[in-house]
Amino acid sequence: MTLGLRPEAPVNKPVRLLLAILLILLAIPWSDGARQDRAIPFHPPDGAHWLGTDGFGRDVLTRLVAGTRASLAAGLLATALALAVATVLGALAGYYPGWRDEFAMRLAELFQSLPWLYLVLGIRSVLPLSLPPSLALLGIALVSGLTGWTRPARLVRGVVLSARTRDYVLAARAFGAGDLYLLRRHILPETFPVLAVQASVLLPQFILAEVTLSFLGLGIGEPAPSLGGMLSALRDLSVLSTYPWMLSPAVVLLLTLTGCNWLTRHSNR
Amino acid sequence: MPVGVPWHQLLLVCLSPSLLPAATPWEPGRFGGQITIAERGEPKTLNPVLALDAPSRDVIRRMMGDLISINRATQQTEPGLAESWRVSKDHLHYTLTLREGVKFSDGHPFTADDVVFSFAVYLDEKLGSPQRDLLMPGDKPIQVVKLDARHLRFDLAMPYAAAERLFDSVAMLPKHLLETPWREGRFAQMWNAGTPPAQLAGLGPFRLKEYKPGESIVLERNPFYWKKDAAGKQLPYLDSLRFLFVANEDAQVLRFGAGETQLLNRFAARSAVLLPADLLTDLGPGLEYSFLFFNLGETGRPWFRDAAFRQAVSAAIDRDAMVRLVFSGRAAALATHVPPGNAHWMNTAVPRPKRSLEQARALLQKAGFHWAADQSLLDNTGHRVEFSLVTSAANEERLKMATILQEDLRQLGMDVHVAPLEARSLIDRVTRTRQFDACIMALGGGDADPNSEMNVWMSDAAMHLWNPSQKKPATPWEAELDDLMRRQMVTSVPTVRKQLFDRVQQIEAQQLPLISLVSPHILVAASKQVGNFRPAVLDHYTLWNAEYLYLRDSGRK
Repeated sequence: MTLGLRPEAPVNKPVRLLLAILLILLAIPWSDGARQDRAIPFHPPDGAHWLGTDGFGRDVLTRLVAGTRASLAAGLLATALALAVATVLGALAGYYPGWRDEFAMRLAELFQSLPWLYLVLGIRSVLPLSLPPSLALLGIALVSGLTGWTRPARLVRGVVLSARTRDYVLAARAFGAGDLYLLRRHILPETFPVLAVQASVLLPQFILAEVTLSFLGLGIGEPAPSLGGMLSALRDLSVLSTYPWMLSPAVVLLLTLTGCNWLTRHSNR
Repeated sequence: MPVGVPWHQLLLVCLSPSLLPAATPWEPGRFGGQITIAERGEPKTLNPVLALDAPSRDVIRRMMGDLISINRATQQTEPGLAESWRVSKDHLHYTLTLREGVKFSDGHPFTADDVVFSFAVYLDEKLGSPQRDLLMPGDKPIQVVKLDARHLRFDLAMPYAAAERLFDSVAMLPKHLLETPWREGRFAQMWNAGTPPAQLAGLGPFRLKEYKPGESIVLERNPFYWKKDAAGKQLPYLDSLRFLFVANEDAQVLRFGAGETQLLNRFAARSAVLLPADLLTDLGPGLEYSFLFFNLGETGRPWFRDAAFRQAVSAAIDRDAMVRLVFSGRAAALATHVPPGNAHWMNTAVPRPKRSLEQARALLQKAGFHWAADQSLLDNTGHRVEFSLVTSAANEERLKMATILQEDLRQLGMDVHVAPLEARSLIDRVTRTRQFDACIMALGGGDADPNSEMNVWMSDAAMHLWNPSQKKPATPWEAELDDLMRRQMVTSVPTVRKQLFDRVQQIEAQQLPLISLVSPHILVAASKQVGNFRPAVLDHYTLWNAEYLYLRDSGRK
């Protein structure tokens, strides 16, 4: 697996492991852990509940898996969306200097000048109150993706701007190749390494966006779990100090972000 | 009124003396020392006429005096700056006699002119004081007539049950300091964080010594305070009282646990595990009640207006689980909005609600609801019963109650989406835009008398949360509620008032405009060093008797 990287820079074992875990988490069917067993709130870990239960007697491990999957799905969807927008606008801006370039770059500057968290909060606040968890997840991905495309778009523009004057592109054009063909066949492939690096940078950023929104109660709502929603239980000092198993979402988040960091370092190598 | 927001209606209490503890003598205290208490936030003003927020009220109340006070322990009125009062037979005129020789904290004498001035300011429409509505029974302002330097007459436009309680928490203002700014239209700018202590005078046990913005405010003993202890020594016992500003309840608990503060005013049950049990006092259910309500107005869904739907929802709620899981057992499940903490006014004939999913299903079926193959509930037009439930994002307890409610109603096939909102946005949606389906809120922070709830139960009131500001009552039961509440407000016979308010609770239990959930216990804590610590279920729970508090010799353990 190279993720568009140079063949001589293979992804090492920890990263492969991380990716395997991600795929498993996203693929396997799993309960959402919403079932409450009110007889056993904050039950410590045992054979029946490996990571204990939360304040409503819900199994923490089940919720952790489901929550990690939701947060990852939101992050991956947002990353895909941001890169798609970045590729289209960056390629247009780089390939067609002039008003299209000006428009795309001014738009990017406008988005960059806005504090993303407040922008995301603002957009979320105008969405309907009653959002089922799946729609909330899509909403977060949409909002994060549409606010996070600017940096990759600038980089894509730079690559396209440089590639469009390369000899092999000029030669293809001389042989009658159209703009779409040139972009698809010769220019856009040049942007793949940049996009791969940007994906590894954006993914943790968007996972954190989901965590922040859900932590603030604006993301994936109860009873559906998410890392941010589970972490919000730790705002209660008594939970934080009395029930250590409730810290497990923080550990998973830390591991996930560390894994993304490894991925970024390998992409850069 | 949302808990923690208004204070203008918090302090009317009217309980039967037979149900309340008698006043017990205070221990003779030891003079000197300082007590520190952490406040959740900084006072926004030191002006008693304009104060709305809890930190401002907590500080101001220690510096100001009122004519007649409510003893928070006995919940009965007692003389304050007025040593006695007389009520006319028609209950329209109150004649008060002021104490002799009382002085403001700057040494200036307190006279009937200060009282007339104070009421003129509170009733000034331009200032918009939160106390103004209270001082206008029957929508007409109380008339204050000075008879001589120590005697005043208060004329009411209509009889008002327990009117002497209106005087509690109406702080008397120094005319010699505030009249000119008031006449010049600068009153709203007076007495803020930047005011030098010498320009601020009151009649309470303490006076301003030092204000460090963002950090603390220190009050020192008022050398002119009128009250004396049983031995004739001038109160207060403490040299000073320090309010420390912290960000939240966790910080309050941590500071108390570390011994940096000596008192911990009301805190949530979840924090109890963080404190030594011997320092904690559980006063039992207070006057606060949390409840679920639906939007019964035009913007609400049609099922909400069906009483059977609301009854089914109420039957499905596991209130005991809320008490256990959300409040660690430190709360009481409610049948109506009147909690057990308000023993006199509670209608004990209303049965305690028991959870019954079978009953809930039967009610829904009878009302035309049915279930799809996947067990989701459908209305008589085949639409899924799905709605949003808003509540305050800042309130952990209500968020947890919403999660329990969501699961309870899921078992009936309802799909409930919980939407936590910032407090101001929540109030705006509920009272102004009406863009909500259902909501969990709490009311009644410190008021036992039904009069204080006129703004909730009258159909034309802005806080008639389920369908506010109606031009005429939308339903026959709301018309009956209007009539009952109006009648109890003007009836001076306590037993008749009780009967009328019992009927209000009966209607409430049948129609369920508010589906009452639980009433949390009042939890407070104090260092063992603090003497005369007698917390009450009324606000301010721990500092209401600040003049009698003292520090013992022994250190806090």
